[in-house]
Amino acid sequence: MTTNNTAIYAEALTKRFGDFTAVDAISFDVKKGEIFGFLGANGAGKTTAMRMLCGLSIPTSGKATVAGFDVFKQTEQIKRSIGYMSQKFSLYEDLTVRENIRFYAGIYGKSDAFIKEKTAFLLKELHLEAEANKLVRSLPLGWKQKLAFSVAIFHEPEIVFLDEPTGGVDPVTRREFWNMIYKAAESGITIFVTTHYMDEAEYCNRVSIMVDGRIDALDTPAQLKKTFDVKSMDEVFLKLARKAKRSGD
Amino acid sequence: MKQFVSFVRKEFHHIARDKRTLFILLGMPIMQILIFGFALTNEVKNSKIAILDQSNDPSTQALRSELDASRYFDITQDLRSYQEIEGAFKKGKIKMAVIFPANFASDLDHFNTAQVQLVADASDPNVANTLTNYATAIILDYQDRITNNRRLPHTIKTEMRMLYNPQLKGAYSFVPGVMAMVLMLVCTLMTAITIVREKELGTMEIMLVSPMRPFKIVVAKAVPYLLLSMVNITSILLLSVFVLEVPINGSLVLLLFESILFTLTCLAFGLLISTKTDSQQTAMFIALTGMFLPTIMLSGFMFPIENMPLPLRILSNIVPAKWFYYIVKEVMIKGLGITAVWKETLILTGMLLFLLALSIRNFKIRLA
Repeated sequence: MTTNNTAIYAEALTKRFGDFTAVDAISFDVKKGEIFGFLGANGAGKTTAMRMLCGLSIPTSGKATVAGFDVFKQTEQIKRSIGYMSQKFSLYEDLTVRENIRFYAGIYGKSDAFIKEKTAFLLKELHLEAEANKLVRSLPLGWKQKLAFSVAIFHEPEIVFLDEPTGGVDPVTRREFWNMIYKAAESGITIFVTTHYMDEAEYCNRVSIMVDGRIDALDTPAQLKKTFDVKSMDEVFLKLARKAKRSGD
Repeated sequence: MKQFVSFVRKEFHHIARDKRTLFILLGMPIMQILIFGFALTNEVKNSKIAILDQSNDPSTQALRSELDASRYFDITQDLRSYQEIEGAFKKGKIKMAVIFPANFASDLDHFNTAQVQLVADASDPNVANTLTNYATAIILDYQDRITNNRRLPHTIKTEMRMLYNPQLKGAYSFVPGVMAMVLMLVCTLMTAITIVREKELGTMEIMLVSPMRPFKIVVAKAVPYLLLSMVNITSILLLSVFVLEVPINGSLVLLLFESILFTLTCLAFGLLISTKTDSQQTAMFIALTGMFLPTIMLSGFMFPIENMPLPLRILSNIVPAKWFYYIVKEVMIKGLGITAVWKETLILTGMLLFLLALSIRNFKIRLA
């Protein structure tokens, strides 16, 4: 059911490539302001599912809405309402911090006044004022990652999709990064995040685990641990992932 | 429009940051024109020759000074016997030997005909050919002057005129060639690389998730390179007119129009490559082998297409640079108008539309 409080809604969402069913009739819903963990082993179909929700790929069958827009017909509106940060580092290394912000805000059609005001605010918040005119190349990875996240939500989207955002980042920075995620969620942005780190799964409000294209489990981390009678999300994941027949990408 | 401007501005930042590439892109056409213009030339100048003068009379001396005076030859050696000829060639000191036999003057006086022998080093056939042609021309010229006083019964004189390029300057053919090469390189190679780089970096994904339409992304990518190409065309034309003294005989507007048409074709090809590949190296390899080599070999710029075997002649028709090279020669050198090149212009336009349609189709398939 979609209600006013629903950010993402999927019902029997399926994607087939020829004979291969990458995503097999998944159903779930994400509430506004929720931090939703989207877990699964490599090749389980996470990326394909995410691509459909972002309007990059048209589903084969099923139903889904993102920010109230239909993934079949309203991909343009969806793109306007979401932010996206991929596992690959997504800022331009040969551009300055300021130029990167300006570019990404620009392709979302934001006005110069908005960009100027918000850039100043953002630089202050990230303590990057001194580095504003330095090339992104010269920043440490942790800062780049935080900047990339800030850029992904710069245009004030309703939902932000994070595809393994903390890959290769040290634990301290990961912690700081999650603080930023919480802050964004508090301001009302829905967070849809995939991750390999099971300790991060614990930070999510709810977690879904995909195995072989299907969602095998969906609940709060606490409830999942209870259901599977284990102590950590790591064990939950292993129990489920062991059943997988597919492997790799 | 706001999106588009942001994107183009970003592209200019990329280009301006990469000083080395920018320097190559803008400096290359200038270097090429200067190298082709002054260093690499198929004209033969100041070739060293030897003379074996067994007659040594006023007429051979006159011929000798004619040869020496021409800018093609420098007499560096006087030989005393036939045996010395081979030795001089073997030492590599001379490119040609001119031999006047002992009875040259008396034959000329008594029989009205005399022989002179030209021996050339044909290990480089083109040079040998050119040198003997130059020498023959000088000798014939001399003959004309001495026969003016006498009346010969029957003579057929050939009179040659080299139309459009009376001085037979190499620049007339390489200026259009360099234009084709440079535009190819800047547009096809750079467009392909810059789009594929975004894929490698993962930034393309971010852009596709943004509300910016793919078509706009591609156009915004192409705009800076179109402008760079305009700068290059201008510098090539300025250099060729003011330094190499190759005139623009036809309409400048038409020339620029055709250049833009060719530039767009190259951009479309670069775009097509970028939709087919995922790594910068592959893109570069395809651009070089798929476009650069054919441009050099099959455009008629380096090697005449007329002399090629039929399969290559047919193949040359799908090389856009061949048509552009032809158009530039017709317009710039011969001074012809659109009526003379409308067919070639249509072919180029067709190629542009074909490449563009193909790459847009590919781009969409990747998204689905």
